[in-house]
Amino acid sequence: MKEFALIFRLKDIADFKPSPEQMQERMNWLGSIAAQNKLVDKGSTFLPTQGSAKTVKPNNVVTDGPYTEIKEFISGYIVIKADNIDEAVEIAKANPIFDQVGGNIEVREVLKLY
Amino acid sequence: MTAVLCRHFGLTHIEIAEDIASDTFLKASENWAINGIPENPTAWLYTVAKNKTKDYFKHIAVFETQIKEAIQSNEIETEKDFEFSSQNISDSQLAMIFAVCNSANSTEAQICLALQILCGFSVEEIANAFLTKTETIKKRVLRARASLRNDNFQIKTLSEPEIKSRLDTVLKTLYLLFNEGYFSKSNNQQIRKDLCSEAIRLTLILTENQLTDTPQTNALLALMCFQSSRLAARTNDKGEAVLFDEQDKSLWNKALIEKGNYFLINACNNNETSKYHLEAGIAYWHTTPTGQNKWQHILQLYNQLILIEYSPITALNRAFAFAKVYGHDQAITEAEKLQLTDNSYYHELLGYLYADTDISKAISHYEQAIQRTKSKTEKLTLTKEIKRLTEQNSR
Repeated sequence: MKEFALIFRLKDIADFKPSPEQMQERMNWLGSIAAQNKLVDKGSTFLPTQGSAKTVKPNNVVTDGPYTEIKEFISGYIVIKADNIDEAVEIAKANPIFDQVGGNIEVREVLKLY
Repeated sequence: MTAVLCRHFGLTHIEIAEDIASDTFLKASENWAINGIPENPTAWLYTVAKNKTKDYFKHIAVFETQIKEAIQSNEIETEKDFEFSSQNISDSQLAMIFAVCNSANSTEAQICLALQILCGFSVEEIANAFLTKTETIKKRVLRARASLRNDNFQIKTLSEPEIKSRLDTVLKTLYLLFNEGYFSKSNNQQIRKDLCSEAIRLTLILTENQLTDTPQTNALLALMCFQSSRLAARTNDKGEAVLFDEQDKSLWNKALIEKGNYFLINACNNNETSKYHLEAGIAYWHTTPTGQNKWQHILQLYNQLILIEYSPITALNRAFAFAKVYGHDQAITEAEKLQLTDNSYYHELLGYLYADTDISKAISHYEQAIQRTKSKTEKLTLTKEIKRLTEQNSR
């Protein structure tokens, strides 16, 4: 089994706060992965609000949030295990955010050192 | 009894205390068969155990003098008088569980040992509780006993941090003790009820002590209360299991449900969420009448529970809740992803989900469940179900 990070991107900060129904669907999706014993790390969700995101650049330049430059912003990640990247992609496809609000999921194999 | 003996004599070898305890019961069965049961059987048992223990120390003392030509001061302890009282027993039982939960062993080994020595579990029962092979458990218990011996095992008063660090394992032990009583394959109603009430009694003691009265302890106790409230309704007069939907709800114990509510509220006085909180939450919803959102709440709690700790049973229960919310068709897809093909409950669940739409698939899953389960009652129930479906199909 390989490990894959699923990195979530949302298009609009307004989508960050899901309705209770949307939240239930998202939890069902996550619960389904865990029920197959394929969840390695339930990861974290990143706050997109004013003052909770800064970007540090060379020469002591600090800018507010990532959202001034790109419209999409990373909202969180999880790590799953799967036989191959195709299986990881299938799992990502089932995520309800595509029907709910749009956005995208980047699937990345995790480098393992051992 | 083993616990009391160990505590009062500081026996380094648990085996000796166990031998004395079983000797005592043997003598009791011989003696009582002839003379009848004494007026106070508990006192009788403890007097005999006390004398046997004194004898043992005398033997040891003689043995030591002859072989080593030196008498160690250890045996002075045998002269110490001691009393057995119900207060001592309850405390001893808990003290012993805490003592066995020694970090010299892995958490799982600690729990195995506690279940075996203190709760009288057989190796098979422990293996069932852990869903592992009996051989693994046997080895685990042997190793754990050896390492406790090397660690100069004794029951002493534990310091505050020691109690706190061992509490998690103690709670897990009590949780398994309760579950064995609640879900036991044994058909002996009385034994099951005894295990459950023993687990509740010990957990209750933990809530009475400031050090151990944590949100987790309260959540576990709430879970036990909710589950126990249905004990009487879960089996019929013949000792057969009654499914949840068919239970006579008037048999549910309302006083226990209220106690469960009380402890669950206590458990939520800060933001801690443990697996006991979630399981108590699920058990709480089961005590409520079926409303629109009942199963959605249960499903969400299962989602959280499976994120904390994966177990095949949780995954299957979650799939059942999923079926209650989204219907059998969607739940089939969800359940088949689990691929727990060696698990009898997996096939039972799929049989149940297919029963309305694809009878032949349902029957084939039920047949596979029968092959994999060890429980006779379960085999019987499933065979009945297959018969019902076959008749329905031929009509």
